[in-house]
Amino acid sequence: MGEKVLMKGNEAVAEAAIRAGCRLYFAYPITPQSELIEYMARMMPKVDGTFLQASSEVAAINMVYGAAGCGRRVMTSSSSPGISLKMEGISYLAGANLPSVIVNVQRGGPGLGDIQPAQGDYFQATKGGGHGDYRLIVLAPSSVQEFADSASDAFDLADKYRIPVMILADGLLGQMMEPVEFKPAKTEAELAELDKQHLDWAMYQNKPEPNHHHHEINSLEIDPHELEKHVLKLDQKYKLIQKNEVKHEEYNVNEDNEILCVAFGTASRIVKSAIDQLKKEGHNVGLVRPITVWPYPSEAVLNAVSKNVKKVVVFELNLGQMVEDVRLAVNGKVPVDFMGKVGGLVFTPEEVKTKIEENL
Amino acid sequence: METIATRPKSLTDLQFTYCPGCLHGVAHRLIAEVMDELDMRDNTMGVAPVGCSVFAYKFFNCDMAEAAHGRAPAVATGMKRARPSMHVFTYQGDGDLAAIGTAEIIHAANRGEKITRFFVNNAIYGMTGGQMAPTSLPGMKTSTSPYGRDTDDVGFPIKVSELMSALEAPYYIERVSLLTPQDIIKAKKAVRKALLFNKEGRGFSMVEFLSTCPTNWGLDAIESLEWAKENMLPYFPLGVYRDKSVEEA
Repeated sequence: MGEKVLMKGNEAVAEAAIRAGCRLYFAYPITPQSELIEYMARMMPKVDGTFLQASSEVAAINMVYGAAGCGRRVMTSSSSPGISLKMEGISYLAGANLPSVIVNVQRGGPGLGDIQPAQGDYFQATKGGGHGDYRLIVLAPSSVQEFADSASDAFDLADKYRIPVMILADGLLGQMMEPVEFKPAKTEAELAELDKQHLDWAMYQNKPEPNHHHHEINSLEIDPHELEKHVLKLDQKYKLIQKNEVKHEEYNVNEDNEILCVAFGTASRIVKSAIDQLKKEGHNVGLVRPITVWPYPSEAVLNAVSKNVKKVVVFELNLGQMVEDVRLAVNGKVPVDFMGKVGGLVFTPEEVKTKIEENL
Repeated sequence: METIATRPKSLTDLQFTYCPGCLHGVAHRLIAEVMDELDMRDNTMGVAPVGCSVFAYKFFNCDMAEAAHGRAPAVATGMKRARPSMHVFTYQGDGDLAAIGTAEIIHAANRGEKITRFFVNNAIYGMTGGQMAPTSLPGMKTSTSPYGRDTDDVGFPIKVSELMSALEAPYYIERVSLLTPQDIIKAKKAVRKALLFNKEGRGFSMVEFLSTCPTNWGLDAIESLEWAKENMLPYFPLGVYRDKSVEEA
C-alpha cells in the first residue's frame, strides 16, 4: 500500500480522480472548492490531461457532456450556487446516458448564502434538481480518505451504468486536512482499456462503409411513445442501481440501542463523537450513516430500528431534508425527531448529545 | 446508367423535416458536399442545436451530439478536447447562438477552439413559431414583437460576424447568403475554407449564412428571398470579416 499523506479534501479528491483515469476536467472557480480546480490546473498538464477553466458552470457542464459523449472519463466540480447552474446540463447528461462525475463542495444557501459548510443541497442532489424524471448516484463521504476513495468509485459506477454520479461533500470536507492513502494510479494499459469500453455508443474516429457508425448523443425523443420507452428504460436502470449499489455504515448499531441516529457526511462525524460520550455515560445509541444518499439505504435504516429503539433522531446541516427519506424508511414504526443547523454553522458534539438525551 | 448527381455520403438517407422554401436543407447539403470532397467524414463529429435544425444530429452521417439550447460551442469544446485528432463542427441558429448561447460562442471563439461554426441567421425563432430573435430587424413584426421591433426598447439586431471579428483568436469569419444560386456557389467556397482550416487544425472558423423563414415571415419562398435581399443584406453586409490565411500569406 502507498504511504499516507496529509492533504485537504479538495486536493485529495482531485488527485484520486486523476489516478482513477480522469483526463478531462472543466470547471469554474467558486469557494469553498477552489483548491480542487487549482490542483487540476497544476496536475492535468503533467499527465497530458485537459484542464480548462470555463466561462461559467453552464459551459463547464456542457463541456463535460461533449467529452463524456466521446466516452472519456471526465469530471467537473463546484459549490452549491454553481451546482444550481449545472442542473440543466446534469439533466441532459442523465437523459443521454452519459457517464460523468460532478463534485459538489456544499456551502450555505439559499442564493449566494455564505461560504461555510452546509448540507442544504440534499434535495437537489437526490430528488432531481434539474428537469424531468432522472436520478443521479449520489455519494456522501464523511472523511478526506472517503472523499478521495469516492472519486474512483464514482467513475466506476458512472461507467458501469452510464450515469452521472455526484459526490456530495461540503466545505468542511473540502477544506480540512486529514491523512489519506491513495489507490495506485491506473496504468497506461488500464487507461487504454477504459477508452475501449464505450465504443458501442460513444463518438470517436469513424470507419468507411460497411463499418461506418452514426452514433447519436442525444436526449430528444419527439414521439411521446418513444420518450415513454426511453424514460422507462432509464427507470429500469435506476431500479437496478437501487438493488445493487446501496452503501451505508453502521456505528454502534445493536439490539439494545435506545436511540437510533441517522446522519450523513460531516454531520455524522459529530454524531459519532456524541455517541462515544453517551456510551461512557451508560447509554446505548446507534448511528446509520448513508454513504449512498441515492440510492438511499432505507432497508438498513428500518432494520436498525431494533426492539428497544424508542426514537430515531436525524441530524443534518440543513432544516430537514434527508429526514423525509428516514420517515419513509421507518414508516411510522417509531417517532422520528430532527435536529438541524443552518447558516454554514456546524452543531457541536454537546448540542447533539443534549438532543439525544432529550429523547432518552 | 451514369450517376451524375447523388446524395452526399455525409448525409443520412432521412428526409429533411424543414418547411417548403426553407434554406436549412441547402446549408446542410453544402456542408455535407464539402465534407465528402475533403474526405473528412470519417474524422468529423458534429453538434446540433435546439431550434428548427434540432434534428441535424440525424441528418449528418457521422457521430453527432445534440446539445442543450445555446450550448453547442461548449459541447463541441468538450468533444474536441476529448478527441483532439477529430474535426468538430457545430450548427446553430440565431436564437441558439446569439441569445441564449452568447457566452458559450464568444468564449469558444476567444479561446480559438479549433472548431468550425455554422451559423444560420434568418432573423427569427422558427421552431417555436416565429418569435423575435436577437437578429430580427428594426421594425420587424414577429409574434413577440407584434408592433415591430422597437430598438429603443429591445436594442438593435446583433451583427454576429462583426462581433466575433473584434476578438483576437478567430482564424476565419465570413458572412455569406443562400438567397441566389450565385450566392450559394460563393457560400460553398466559404464552407470549404472553414472546413479545410479545421482539417488543417488552424483555428476557430465561422460561416454565417443569411437565410429565410417563409413560414414565420408569412411569405412564400420567392417573396421571402426578395424580402431578405431588400432587408437583411443592407443590415448584415456579406464578406470576409477575418481570414488569417491571407494575413499569413
